[in-house]
Amino acid sequence: MNRHLSRLIQDYGLMFGKAPKKPAPEDFSPEARDLLAFKRTPEQRAVRKATIKYEMEHPETSQKWRNRRWASIIVLNLLFVLSYFFDLQLIEGALTASRVLGFHFADLNSALQVTLAFKTVLINLVIGTTTVIVLYILFGGRTFCSWVCPYHLLAEWAEMLHLKLVKKGLIKDHPLHRATRSVLFVIFAVLAFVTGYTIFENISPVGILSRAMTYGTIVGLVWVGALLLIEVFYSRRFWCRYICPIGLTYGMTGGVAPVRVHYDAQFCMHEGKCREVCLVPHVLDMTKLGYGKDAAHAVGPDCTRCGMCLDVCPTGALTFNVKGLTKPAKDRRKTQDVA
Amino acid sequence: MTDSNETTPSPAPRKSLSRAEQERRQILRSVAIGGAMVCASMAGFFKVKYAEAAPHLRPPGAIDEERFLAACIKCGQCVQVCPVQAIKLADIQEGAGIGAPYLDARAQACDFSCDAVQCVLACPTGALTHKLDKKEQTRMGVAELVVPDVCLARQGKGFKGKARGGDYRGKLRYPEVDRWKPKPVAEHPYNLDLCDLCVRQCPIEGAIVLKPMSDDPNDKRRTPVVDQRCVGCGVCEMICPTEPVAIRIKPRVVGRHAS
Repeated sequence: MNRHLSRLIQDYGLMFGKAPKKPAPEDFSPEARDLLAFKRTPEQRAVRKATIKYEMEHPETSQKWRNRRWASIIVLNLLFVLSYFFDLQLIEGALTASRVLGFHFADLNSALQVTLAFKTVLINLVIGTTTVIVLYILFGGRTFCSWVCPYHLLAEWAEMLHLKLVKKGLIKDHPLHRATRSVLFVIFAVLAFVTGYTIFENISPVGILSRAMTYGTIVGLVWVGALLLIEVFYSRRFWCRYICPIGLTYGMTGGVAPVRVHYDAQFCMHEGKCREVCLVPHVLDMTKLGYGKDAAHAVGPDCTRCGMCLDVCPTGALTFNVKGLTKPAKDRRKTQDVA
Repeated sequence: MTDSNETTPSPAPRKSLSRAEQERRQILRSVAIGGAMVCASMAGFFKVKYAEAAPHLRPPGAIDEERFLAACIKCGQCVQVCPVQAIKLADIQEGAGIGAPYLDARAQACDFSCDAVQCVLACPTGALTHKLDKKEQTRMGVAELVVPDVCLARQGKGFKGKARGGDYRGKLRYPEVDRWKPKPVAEHPYNLDLCDLCVRQCPIEGAIVLKPMSDDPNDKRRTPVVDQRCVGCGVCEMICPTEPVAIRIKPRVVGRHAS
């Protein structure tokens, strides 16, 4: 229990911007220590080397989760648009606040901005945020980011371009400090309170995009375009990684979510592919050899449950899992033993 | 130690900066970009403040402008329920608060076709006050005769034809034609001996009347007089056939609803 709590605190610290730390020898659980000792035997090193060589010669890529996710983003956002144009009354409003089949939903950060600016607790927003909080406590807070947010989809496309340009050596990535997002979260909250206006809404590409699609306020897309240019040419995924207070707000609800990405070290060959594709690679720090305190880990609250790591993991060490429902896995290796 | 041969190889060493220098640059970048985002958000705020000099007409039930901008969550649910699509959301360049709803009465006024101020019911935050349930209680603004000289009634003239021309897209509810469905103004030509469109179409009883301009009973000239019952819905501004428009709504920024 204590161990769980300290991990949770650590994971939240990581989300707020602390750098991941290599665990001290006494931090390891007995199983993790045994597994690590086993993995460090010369035979196992040889097995890993051979496996990785095999994987490089026979690259296997899956886009299963990516495709599902893209479909989810497109369908959900389309429902907003169609609900208005054909009066379907399924999801009315925008991503800042809506009625889903008549029930109030409110974006947590938008509701926070309104509450701080208006300095009044509004009953509809309490209902709307409670519904959303319950939803994301179950599915994982930042699930919103990668399964709902329309900007995430555009940013993914920008990222593809960015990576291509980086590969050609034309540009390089300029990472920011991850604590930037936490600082901005506080600044935007304080500004909302002080100015009495929902300051962050002015630059939120989520609200701007969502309204542009439904209500045709398309001049605002110039701002979204500018953000995407920064993503392509300057800093990889800079908005979602370092700026967006919406993501951080959702992240805060995701710490104990039963739906999460689960890491099982016994299947891991430590190729590092998951960290390369991840939006928030610090959550996968335990996939480095000697960094996992437990033999099996749930990935922390900053994880968006996008499934990119599942798609690239050649050995099935990463899976989606529902706490209490998923049985411990025996062997999920996709590539068979090659050693 | 990680097995460095097992993780992906790190990129070939360039003219590498020291770690401290890299960290310093990262902090500088973060401050610069984070600062730029804060400035951009504040630019939007100052634009709204600046625009308060020429306020926008807000939907019925909007609370005082300053509190309205705070409470509005910019979701557009009010837009969705309006039967005449009178409500628009401000785009980034309009200075009315990004995503906040407003009306352009000349293009489409609020004619209360919905009967029960649907936008108020749709609002999830109380930016449109729920204390309101009758159209007579709204106080969006007040009509003003801004260019009296062009007013047809003041010249004793009648009006014949389509009030706003054939390609005008605005709608009004004409109870004598259809009690429930608003009809395009362009499909509803008039033939009036003396133009009284602003009075005739006003949805609020007694909010505007035509008064004689002299004691002479043969003097056909009449002038529109706005009563304090005027709620500022903008139907008079919308229907006025002159160009430039003779009557306009002056939006209220405080005391928008009668409590």
